[in-house]
Amino acid sequence: MDLMEYQGKQYFARFGIPVSAGGIADTVDEAVAHAERLGYPVVVKAQVMTGGRGKAGGIKLAHNADEVRFHAGNILGMDIRGHIVRRLWIERASEIAKSSTRFKENGEPKDEEFYASFALDRSAKKYLGMLSVEGGVEIESVPDELIAKIHVDPIDGLSEADCRAWIAAANLPEAAREGAVPVLMALYRCYTEGDCELAEINPLILTTDGRVHALDAKVTLDDAARERHPEWAEFETVSVATGDSREALAKEKGLQYVGLDGNVGIIANGAGLAMSTVDIVKQVGGAPANFLDIGGGASAEVMVNALTVINTDPNVRAIFINIFGGITRCDEVARGIVEAMKRITLNAPIVARIDGTNAAEGRAILKANESEKLVMLPDMLSAAQKAVEIAGK
Amino acid sequence: MSIFVDENTKVVVQGLTGRQGQFYGLRNRAYGTKVVAGTNPKKAGTDVEGIPIFATVADAVRETGANAAFVIVPAMAAPASILEAAEAGVPFIVCVTEHIPTHDQARVYNRLKRDYPRTRLLGPNCAGILAPGKCNIGFTPAEVSMPGPVGIVSRSGTLAYQALYELTQSGIGQSTCVGIGGDPVPGTSFIDALEAFQADPETEAIVMIGEIGGSAEEEAAEYIKGHVTKPVVAYIAGMEAPPGKRMGHAGAIISRGKGTAKGKVEALKAAGALVAMNPTEIGGLVRQALGR
Repeated sequence: MDLMEYQGKQYFARFGIPVSAGGIADTVDEAVAHAERLGYPVVVKAQVMTGGRGKAGGIKLAHNADEVRFHAGNILGMDIRGHIVRRLWIERASEIAKSSTRFKENGEPKDEEFYASFALDRSAKKYLGMLSVEGGVEIESVPDELIAKIHVDPIDGLSEADCRAWIAAANLPEAAREGAVPVLMALYRCYTEGDCELAEINPLILTTDGRVHALDAKVTLDDAARERHPEWAEFETVSVATGDSREALAKEKGLQYVGLDGNVGIIANGAGLAMSTVDIVKQVGGAPANFLDIGGGASAEVMVNALTVINTDPNVRAIFINIFGGITRCDEVARGIVEAMKRITLNAPIVARIDGTNAAEGRAILKANESEKLVMLPDMLSAAQKAVEIAGK
Repeated sequence: MSIFVDENTKVVVQGLTGRQGQFYGLRNRAYGTKVVAGTNPKKAGTDVEGIPIFATVADAVRETGANAAFVIVPAMAAPASILEAAEAGVPFIVCVTEHIPTHDQARVYNRLKRDYPRTRLLGPNCAGILAPGKCNIGFTPAEVSMPGPVGIVSRSGTLAYQALYELTQSGIGQSTCVGIGGDPVPGTSFIDALEAFQADPETEAIVMIGEIGGSAEEEAAEYIKGHVTKPVVAYIAGMEAPPGKRMGHAGAIISRGKGTAKGKVEALKAAGALVAMNPTEIGGLVRQALGR
């Protein structure tokens, strides 16, 4: 689960990472009220799950109530890379120190904005910490030699001595070094104890009064760890309300679903087969409407749930059901499909391909129930072609 | 020969008294696998259809000589179960459990590496391992397999089953089908399986099924280039997966432009592997590789 900036900052604060005081606003009036309480200047920040907010005009400095009103009014409802802004974070503006060693092309000193993050290095199977003096920009655009990397063994954890060496390797300015230690140690704790997949501060700043402070927060929580984090519940209601409604319904029904924007609905069993079904629909010139993995089995119950989710998608013109029967035999799967069709009125026809254990029996059942709402084809390629053809009509 | 398991493998099932554990444990036994024990501290001294239940893995090993563990317990309990089996000296552990938090996986992996370097963990979140005619630990539907010369290693379960089925349909058997699982920190990698298949005299060709996320396929491609002389047929799922979205498996995600299917396909082609465009092409490419 990705957190929005303000949620990430709330999470950071739990671990002692210094963040600015602020408040959430869903209306212009709320924004002004927070600003009045916090004191000027404030920063009005769009809360959307995407980068590039600053460039898009979603982050503005305001010196008085009129400016807050003006910027909040502009930013609420703004479309940033396909995300509509419905919520703002108003925080007290920070004064960022100027660098004495790093300069912009025009000769002006750069702001002391750094980058810090922890994530898993899947290749090394250890944690990877990244620290750079070049913050405030996407880390992908920073040259490798300006990023200090540290591998942390999950058993040993991060020692303060290693942390200091890492800070020195990143060549952080002298004034920020001592202050960065507790912040990075806290970031490590947030990453591990907080069960994050990614804990990123960009920028991490040095203020004019010498404090090291998180000016932004990018946090991805590991969904698998939800059980031991009851405090995540408050983040979830927001993520459901702001996300894809199809994905929210699928989640409620316990299905693995990813919404896409095509017109061929997809149901498959197993993540690998579901991915490969999306691929083949695209390969034959179609546009998948979704990825949906119903898991190992394929009972009528599960099939009804899957079809219910697909049915809520108005773009879907054909439904491709691609099942490999293993322990769940194809005849059971076929009966499940037929039964599901009796229980739900579909908005689009089904093209089914089933293969595996008892394939012949399963296909015979589907064949006997063929109609304009149900077509059976024996292999994946021809079934994909048929589904795409129907969707294109 | 088969890799990692054979007809002498004796399995202790951690979770045999649970609903899932009983279903798959008994299914594996019905196939002919030597399922010799189960564990449950509260039910020691009882049995599941004749399979004795012990309080601990150590007891089970001492009493039955079990040399493999099948971990099928809830996600929050799985890390401790894996370490218990390692501690008891079990050299091969299969964990099918899904949704183990990533940090727990990373801790277990590094703990095993440090303290039990001779223990092999397969999984978590994997389909298990099948050596047709000899041993089946996990979910793999053995009815679509037959003994023969092809080794299969796959992150995805269903795609491995599909490959087994395609091969069996065309009369080509399999030496071992290894599910390494769809999680971010797998105990056994593609390279581990490739190395074992290369060394196995019975295996003549290898099928490798990968998917988006991480760089295990690229690393495998490097390994194939330098160390694998047997033909490799590969398939990668997720060519059209959108970046930043988790496609069912915890590990199947393109993050920050890394882990795309395209990059993996290119690396494997460059390493000399035959790459299938869809799973049903795998059978034909294996026939071609074996000259049949």
